[in-house]
Amino acid sequence: MSLQSLDITRRSATTTPPPQQRQQQEVAKLIDVTKCIGCKACQSACQEWNDLREEVGINEGSYQNPHDLTENSWTLMRFAEHEQNGTLEWLIRKDGCMHCADPGCLKACPSPGAIIQYSNGIVDFQEEHCIGCGYCVAGCPFDVPRISKKDSKAYKCTLCSDRVSVGLEPACIKACPTQALVFGSKEDMIDHANDRIADLKERGFDQAGLYDPAGVGGTHVMYVLHHADQPQLYNDLPKEPTISPTVGLWKGVLKPLATAAMLFTALAGFFHYVTIGPNDAEDNEEDHPA
Amino acid sequence: MQVNRRQFFKLSATSIGASSLAALGFSPEAAVADVRTFKLTRTTETRNTCPYCSVACGLIMYSLGDKAKNAKAEIIHIEGDPDHPVSRGSLCPKGSGLLSFVHSKTRLRYPEYRAPGSREWQRVSWDWALEQVARRMKDDRDANFIAKNDQGQTVNRWNSLGFLAASAASNETGYLTNKIARALGIVMIDSQARICHAPSVAALATSFGRGAMTNTWMNIQHADVIIAMGGNPAEAHPVGFKWAVEAKARNKAKLIVVDPRFTRTAAVADLYVPIRAGSDIAFLNGVIRYLLEKGAINRPYVKAYTNAAFIVREDFRFEDGLFSGYDANNPEVRYDRTTWTYELDDQGFAKVDDTLQHPRCVINLLKHHVDRYTPEQMHELCGTPIEAFLKVCELIASTATPERVLTSLYALGWTHHSVGVQNIRVMAMIQLLLGNIGLSGGGVNALRGHSNIQGLSDLGLLTDMLPGYMTLPRDQETNRAGYLAKRTLKPLRPGQFSYWSNFPKFHTSLMKAWYGEAATADNDFAYDWLPKLDKPYDSLRLFDLMAEGKVNGFICQGFNPLASYPDKNKVRGGMTKLKFMVVMDPLATETSEFWQNHGEHNDVNPADIQTEVFRLPTTCFAEEDGSLVNSSRWLQWHWKGAEPPGEAKTDIEIMSDLFLRLRELYEKEGGAFHEPIQHLHWPYHDPHDPKPDELAREYNGQALTDLADPDDAGKLLFKKGQQLPGFALLRDDGSTACGNWIFSGAWTEAGNQMARRDPSDPSGQGISPGWAWAWPANRRILYNRASCDPAGQPWDPKRRILEWDGQRWNGCDVPDFKIDQAPGSDMLPFIMNAEGVGRLFGADKLADGPFPEHYEPFETPLGGNPLHPKVISNPAARVFDKDRAMLGDSDEFPIVATTYRITELFNTWTNHVRINASLQPEQFVEIGEALAKELGIANGEIVQVRSKRGHIRAVAVVTRRLPVLTVAGKPLHQIGIPVHWGFMGETRKGFFCNNLTPYLGDANTQTPEFKAFLVRVEKVTGLAARHAELPNPPAPSRRWDGKTGATPKLSLLERLLKGRTEV
Repeated sequence: MSLQSLDITRRSATTTPPPQQRQQQEVAKLIDVTKCIGCKACQSACQEWNDLREEVGINEGSYQNPHDLTENSWTLMRFAEHEQNGTLEWLIRKDGCMHCADPGCLKACPSPGAIIQYSNGIVDFQEEHCIGCGYCVAGCPFDVPRISKKDSKAYKCTLCSDRVSVGLEPACIKACPTQALVFGSKEDMIDHANDRIADLKERGFDQAGLYDPAGVGGTHVMYVLHHADQPQLYNDLPKEPTISPTVGLWKGVLKPLATAAMLFTALAGFFHYVTIGPNDAEDNEEDHPA
Repeated sequence: MQVNRRQFFKLSATSIGASSLAALGFSPEAAVADVRTFKLTRTTETRNTCPYCSVACGLIMYSLGDKAKNAKAEIIHIEGDPDHPVSRGSLCPKGSGLLSFVHSKTRLRYPEYRAPGSREWQRVSWDWALEQVARRMKDDRDANFIAKNDQGQTVNRWNSLGFLAASAASNETGYLTNKIARALGIVMIDSQARICHAPSVAALATSFGRGAMTNTWMNIQHADVIIAMGGNPAEAHPVGFKWAVEAKARNKAKLIVVDPRFTRTAAVADLYVPIRAGSDIAFLNGVIRYLLEKGAINRPYVKAYTNAAFIVREDFRFEDGLFSGYDANNPEVRYDRTTWTYELDDQGFAKVDDTLQHPRCVINLLKHHVDRYTPEQMHELCGTPIEAFLKVCELIASTATPERVLTSLYALGWTHHSVGVQNIRVMAMIQLLLGNIGLSGGGVNALRGHSNIQGLSDLGLLTDMLPGYMTLPRDQETNRAGYLAKRTLKPLRPGQFSYWSNFPKFHTSLMKAWYGEAATADNDFAYDWLPKLDKPYDSLRLFDLMAEGKVNGFICQGFNPLASYPDKNKVRGGMTKLKFMVVMDPLATETSEFWQNHGEHNDVNPADIQTEVFRLPTTCFAEEDGSLVNSSRWLQWHWKGAEPPGEAKTDIEIMSDLFLRLRELYEKEGGAFHEPIQHLHWPYHDPHDPKPDELAREYNGQALTDLADPDDAGKLLFKKGQQLPGFALLRDDGSTACGNWIFSGAWTEAGNQMARRDPSDPSGQGISPGWAWAWPANRRILYNRASCDPAGQPWDPKRRILEWDGQRWNGCDVPDFKIDQAPGSDMLPFIMNAEGVGRLFGADKLADGPFPEHYEPFETPLGGNPLHPKVISNPAARVFDKDRAMLGDSDEFPIVATTYRITELFNTWTNHVRINASLQPEQFVEIGEALAKELGIANGEIVQVRSKRGHIRAVAVVTRRLPVLTVAGKPLHQIGIPVHWGFMGETRKGFFCNNLTPYLGDANTQTPEFKAFLVRVEKVTGLAARHAELPNPPAPSRRWDGKTGATPKLSLLERLLKGRTEV
């Protein structure tokens, strides 16, 4: 499962197609909410492996700490109390990047190569190329990326691409005490999920099912839910997530237009230079991020 | 996504900029992506085990460098060891954050000294610190040593110095500590077991013979029904709980949770049932009543393997809440237990009635005893809805058949009560009735707390214990023969093994290990050198005596008693009366700073406190070799991965140095009873730094002479100096030495068995016999002979652990039985019990009765006990008068409170760990929605919780997970108080929950009643309603060269340089 630059499927804001020939085994993380005890081993292991340290915050009346995903907490246990037919359930969901097959963040990202998708399905941020515009935040149907207060770059779960690249499972997966987190090929994870769903149905959870939403082309982080018909019970997991139409608009229409405009400008500039000579003013230089 | 006009332009502008670059051909190089480099490629890996809880997960520590001489190892990452059979690579949030414990900002780096009345630490040298400590210890010992008591009996004890040993220290540290402490005559020594699982030892030993978890963690996966009651394993033992979840997933097991709160364990349970804190016996006696009434017991098992058929003495009584022999006037020993035993025949054997018809046979007495516990009575006392109770009964009853098995997972939810031992006893009895003891997937699984508290219990670091659960003599036991005779238990039924009949061999070998050549038959193997007890000096008594000013010195090894003992004000008050305190710890604990003002969290005036404090930095798990005993009795060796910070030393070095200084002082100056100090066997290669492997060899045991086969004198079994393979070889003539008989087999001639790393488990029963080493004799499932029927065949073939093959007992586990004793003989499976069977009737083993009875917590919301109005709370419990006066009543304090641990934190330890501090940064209490509404408290607001003894302030987490119960016809509210926050470390400052808790404990073990007491809750307004602050970083201590014994002071120049002009 080793990852190299040649294993890239897509790059943000890049028109040259990446090498396509090699297709890695698609990987997936399966989060079995029905086995999760909300212990936060995943949060701890994530901080430890990725050399992040979350701030020591305050308690706002919940087990959920920090209160939201941050640039230092790429995963977060979200807790919800739900009562149904007189039975209380404590629904605990590990939140974080879903590694969508059709990633809204990548589509929205204007900075070349700041977001990449590997052929194994991992969507990774390359912070050195990030310009901190925050489009990935807006483009994400799951509200996952966070902009750092320190360096204004976007951060999120990498699915431990550094570990996966040398053949190891992600840090959270390894740590999980109850096997609520499992990692493997997407195919195996779906099989595993189906076993779990059968067990849950036997235990009376008629609506148990797999969350692998088609609106984003499926995800490389999937959930087993007891109430797959109501994902919103789990702290507003979107029922039918899709990429915002604005991102589509930008990708589909604006970007080619912008490129054409740029090329036209460049050509115009070239002819201007050739026909008229160098321009005295150099103000425009500042517009180029390079 | 919403895009406004401005954003649209920005987006378009950026897209022009961004796309243009790509269009101009800049993109490919700039965008070449590579993942973050894998950071462990050439690090050094060291195996270790997690120092927090007793699941003892395997760790791999990754350190910088390849061990080259010029590279200083520094641990940069810790993750789970996938080979470890229990954890299989997992780590809970505490284990996953261990790196930030190793590198905690509040790790101690240098020895420090706090002078009387001082406001600050001074850095001192090791030499000066240890010299001062040794001096103070010797002076106090010489002044206060008691050689003979008032009756002229030789007692040789020193009871003006208290000692708390560390539950996260290695066996080697614990062994050496006990050896030194007893040689000095210290009796006031205790460990965390006192405030943790001491009741488990008493209850399980009474029931089955050994005070330990019966099965392994992995074996839980074979249960059909799991009951988590009196514990919250998902939260306190997350990785061990893996196997309960596995049982659900693979074995279709049902998980029941009975708890006052809907916990994280309940989050994955099939059935959650609420209960009033402190009413478990009423619930479980109700279960026994149900089982007996429905006949849902494993009858052949009960008849053959329990004392159901034994006939109890005629004068045994239980009336109006009291057992026979009660004496209200004796505050130390309330019961004369003479009548609590069996009727004996002429040969001294217990009489039995195999037809179970005799009215006084145990099963009939039990039936009568539990008859009062009807479902209605249960509901009245517990508040549990009857329907839910019956569902639990049905599921439990479903395991009375041989092919279905129940397991019990419990921890401090049962031990932390004034009836702690009896809580556990009921479950032990239920499991005996169902025939689930000794079976794969069954058992009563005491989930021990700290990583080595099982080991410290095994090594006897409790006031009245010696290694291997041998007990210290009492004052009146003036000669060795009488002492041994009382403990050498003769069989109570014909043909029984009664393993304690070997007591003299274990005891003599211990004395040889401790005193070597100096322990001889002529001096009764140094019997008089053991301190004798006039009463047990458990740590509740220790802090009580301290509060009375009767304790002068206190040594605290890896323990934070200021946070851990009930009624913090009393404990702190005691500490202020000490002359000196020595703290050995890797971290700057609250205890070591009890004299320091931390605002309202520790509101003291240092100038008023004259206690001298020595704070000595120790290594942590990552920086030393050694072994720890996990909950299922595995001794696992771990290895050092890095050097300690600063000048920190191992506990072994510190204790040895201290001892050698004392020995030297006694040699030079003489003093009180110096013989045991002078003669303590000290064979270590470097006397100042005994190595863990030397100590491990010592507690394993050696042949001191050539040992011949007792059956064939010509055959040499072992040569002088060889390591013994197990306790069966021990002798009572002084020819063997063994520091802890139950650990014998841990380090044999074949080497260190604790370091074995074969995780394979061919039987699939969750045994992994080649991983580490388990006491006793590498048995993994205790009482496994009971997994077979009397004829020697497994009750359930798919749970085959053992079977009789015609010659011997054979199977995947080491037989807990005489290996060649054929079925059909009289010998029965519970070989540690003189009866040979499990005890439904506890006989005279416990202080508060042979059958469990429901007594109210000492702070009862009912104000009485509906079962017996005159006897409300445990009549055998010891409550000091001053503490009784500090008990509140339900008029003033109407709410029941219970305390507990949460997954993210480990007591007050992980407060020093940044990662964990971020996961639960601030103190909170859990309050039910109905109560919050009644009190006008919104979620996230600050509340004050008060008991008769003190108060805390915390954030209110308002939840549906704490339901209102109807108890005795009235609504009853319960609140939950996690125990973790203090005033040191990285979490926000908090109040110890022990500001609130009552100072009293279980009748047998004095384990405090932390789990059921009364409080009131008030909303806080105004300034006090703010969130807590972060603690200040610890003040850097000043260097001092320590040449003289005088109180070191800063020079005027130094003070001027620091900008402080006061002289």
